[in-house]
Amino acid sequence: MKFGVVVFPGSNCDHDMIYVLKKLMDQEVMALWHKEKDLQGCDFIILPGGFSYGDYLRSGAIARFSPIMEQVIAFAQKGGYVLGICNGFQILCEAHLLPGALLHNPNHRFMCHNAFIRCETDNALVTRTLSPGQVLKIPIAHGEGRYYAPEKTLRSLNDQDQVLFRYCDETGNLNPSHNPNNSEEYIAGICNENRNVFGMMPHPERAADPELGNTDGLLVFEGILNAMIKE
Amino acid sequence: MDTLPQVNDEVIKQMGILPEEYEKIKTFLGREPNFNELSIYAVMWSEHCSYKNSIKWLKTLPKKGPHLLAEAGEENAGLVDLGDGLACAFKIESHNHPSALEPYQGAATGVGGINRDIFTMGARPIAQLNSLRFGKPDLERTKWLLKGVVKGIGDYGNAFGVPVLGGEVFFDECFNTNPLVNAMSVGVMKTGNTVSATSYGAGNPVFIVGSATGKDGIHGATFASEDITEASADKIPAVQVGDPFQEKLLLEATLEVIKTGAVIGMQDMGAAGITCSTSEMSAKGKHGMVIHLDKVPMRQKNMQPFEILLSESQERMLVVVEKGREIEVEEIFEKWDLNCVQIGEVIEGDILKYYFHGELVAEVPADSLVLGGGAPVYEREYREPTYFKEKDKFSIDQVPIPEDLKKVARFLIGHPNIASKKWVTDQYDTMVGTKNMTTNNPSDAGIVNLKGTQKALALSVDCNSRYVYADPMIGCAIAVSEAARNIVCAGGVPSAITNCLNFGNPYNPEVYWQFVNAIKGMSQACEKFQTPVTGGNVSFYNQASSGNKTEPVFPSPVIGMMGVLKDKSHQTGIGFRKEGDQIFLIGTSKNDINCSEYLYSYHGVKLSPPPYFDLDEEQQVQQVLYEAIVKGLVSSAHDVADGGLFTALFESARVFNKGFRIESDAGIRKDAFLFGEAQSRVVVSVSPEKEEEFAELMALSDVDFSLLGEVSGKEALVDGESFGSIKELMETSERVFPEMMGE
Repeated sequence: MKFGVVVFPGSNCDHDMIYVLKKLMDQEVMALWHKEKDLQGCDFIILPGGFSYGDYLRSGAIARFSPIMEQVIAFAQKGGYVLGICNGFQILCEAHLLPGALLHNPNHRFMCHNAFIRCETDNALVTRTLSPGQVLKIPIAHGEGRYYAPEKTLRSLNDQDQVLFRYCDETGNLNPSHNPNNSEEYIAGICNENRNVFGMMPHPERAADPELGNTDGLLVFEGILNAMIKE
Repeated sequence: MDTLPQVNDEVIKQMGILPEEYEKIKTFLGREPNFNELSIYAVMWSEHCSYKNSIKWLKTLPKKGPHLLAEAGEENAGLVDLGDGLACAFKIESHNHPSALEPYQGAATGVGGINRDIFTMGARPIAQLNSLRFGKPDLERTKWLLKGVVKGIGDYGNAFGVPVLGGEVFFDECFNTNPLVNAMSVGVMKTGNTVSATSYGAGNPVFIVGSATGKDGIHGATFASEDITEASADKIPAVQVGDPFQEKLLLEATLEVIKTGAVIGMQDMGAAGITCSTSEMSAKGKHGMVIHLDKVPMRQKNMQPFEILLSESQERMLVVVEKGREIEVEEIFEKWDLNCVQIGEVIEGDILKYYFHGELVAEVPADSLVLGGGAPVYEREYREPTYFKEKDKFSIDQVPIPEDLKKVARFLIGHPNIASKKWVTDQYDTMVGTKNMTTNNPSDAGIVNLKGTQKALALSVDCNSRYVYADPMIGCAIAVSEAARNIVCAGGVPSAITNCLNFGNPYNPEVYWQFVNAIKGMSQACEKFQTPVTGGNVSFYNQASSGNKTEPVFPSPVIGMMGVLKDKSHQTGIGFRKEGDQIFLIGTSKNDINCSEYLYSYHGVKLSPPPYFDLDEEQQVQQVLYEAIVKGLVSSAHDVADGGLFTALFESARVFNKGFRIESDAGIRKDAFLFGEAQSRVVVSVSPEKEEEFAELMALSDVDFSLLGEVSGKEALVDGESFGSIKELMETSERVFPEMMGE
């Protein structure tokens, strides 16, 4: 089992991601430089958070054209597993590996705080160890995190059980005051129809180290690991 | 090339050079300077670069400490040994004047500059703090500044990828025109991997790396050394523009280049750009340099030599490399898609020779330009201001006790200086790097996990400008003490400080008196806590001029302190944790409301002495508190600061939404008990099982302590009377900023 964490210029959660996988979960991890054209035999690709290429045009808009992304797209189209977190989610949407888009937060303001998200399905690799309805406390940190998709797409996401997480309050209720970026239908994370590409705005890698007092995010990575080992 | 402008009296004056300074320049050169050379001296001898009006007093600050690897002024930032093969570099700097004109870029480039100071030494920045002061909250200008500054800090730091771990936001009308924007960065590196800002070895190539050079920020250092006036808006080109993406690339490339071992020395380009980095590095390494200005990558056409010399374009570094290893260095910058161009080489002697298309355009001795070399040093006269004696006329007896103290409590909780700063801090990434140990356990100091060790760093930035105004010596000693107290409350041991000295015009003897006395107070407190001053920044000329009237801001010597948690298990938060835990006050309640937010804002008494403070007592309080923490006797610790005891209790209660029930002290006025800001006090909660051991420890010390009450319910109860539910008070507190900003 080998993880690959893509490093774009401007990625800033790459070290954090690698730390969780390598030091906390004892996994083999490769940092994949954006100019490379080879995934080096990785079984699971993660696109970390940050501001790829400065995100000056639109978050993720430039990154999708990088050499490594050609490989990531081909890998995903062949059924390979890809998870995008925050900026990684934005890149996956820009690359059309996931439906919808991440728009500016209300007030055009960056926001960073602990958020609560509710697991919507256990029928996905990243939610395998969770139960539907289970609430996790996971930090968010983004300026463009408002999930948007046309109604037809939203309907299909629901019909195909592709919504992985929704923002909620501490007890799991969907509540407008706990939809931090005003996302459509409280959506915080989704997967593609083939269930091999995942995207989420909250940062599970920021809630994985016991020394920081919150390990809810670890459940996401444990889900991946358990499921991959079983496969 | 166009002909150089003439040097005449008018030009000399415009550049801010005094007649006696001009004579000194002529002596160094043995001739009249040309325009380029004069420009070089003007920026290098500006207050911002030379510290000419402050260095005499800065030298009196305690600089020695057992764990210092670099003393003040030796490097770009102070360096403290953390043990475990790690060292910590940290520094605070002001960007007040740029932020006053262009808050977004001013604050953003302040963050960029201070981070470059840290990674140019070889340390990866791991935490930022900031200290912000604005004018009256209801002014449109204040809102514009606040919005821009916070967004500037956020956008730059968030993209750069360094979390904000602490800070302060303070409002007072004295900052209406001239806000204070101070940014601090903290970095960690392996001991022995430090890179110096030096240059030596004749023949070694000199590179400029990072962004291309433009006309932005020209004469920024000179501008920072003048009063802000109505004409200041004309100086907007003196404000630089920041690009955090370039800075992020520069950080990664720089740390990678340092690992090669091919770097002789490196310095970032902040104030006075190429001029400052070439001269300071050369003076330090006792060598000269030949620089070809036309080789500098430029992003604007037709730049004149003096513009290239003075440009403060951001995200650039000067790197001196060992001859023969150029390719290794070039390849790394190529990988990160950054400019890396050789613009000159090191020569014997101490002369800096700047060429432009083969023509020598300036020739100056490096040492004549720098602090500790030829830069002027002045002793400014100082005089006690008239208000200083005036303040002693205040007595608590002049103030009646308000009938409804609940109303006062709500007023304070809802005052922008005390209210929740969530609106601000939410806009900063506080967690990137996954080292912030206070996200889920807020404490008085920011705590950074040193992964892979037992230890953590504790960081705090503090200054109550109102106290310093009332009495600069005591006020500044309090600033140091509060920073230390915050670190101890969080479970750490104070190690060292950096300072950002924000004052008015040093040529005003009353302002200079504030400066001198603040330095004295800082020295006393730093010696007491054994926290040497590792460096910092002086920002004079913080005042508003309008017509003939100038009003200096409150003197604000902002203290940035770092400390160490020897063991992560010592981490102590401010939040009450458990129903039934006993709440104690360590320290003494006083019949004192001096200088409190309560007296100043509620009663409108603008002049009073600083609150009660005794440095010995302060140290004893911190010592016994530390002992209690290390023995695991307290569940929470929070110092009593702005807003007094009630605010402290509320802040502890809100974290986990736990109420409290306390009794006041019949011996002192109830308003003083609840809202006074007498120093050296800490609220702790203690579980019933630990109570006896805690009381024994306290009894053995010389420190006063008293039982206030217990953690109970969901309300704030004082003498049986409800001051409101914690939830409701929290909503009041959190509404203040959004409402103020019209949201």
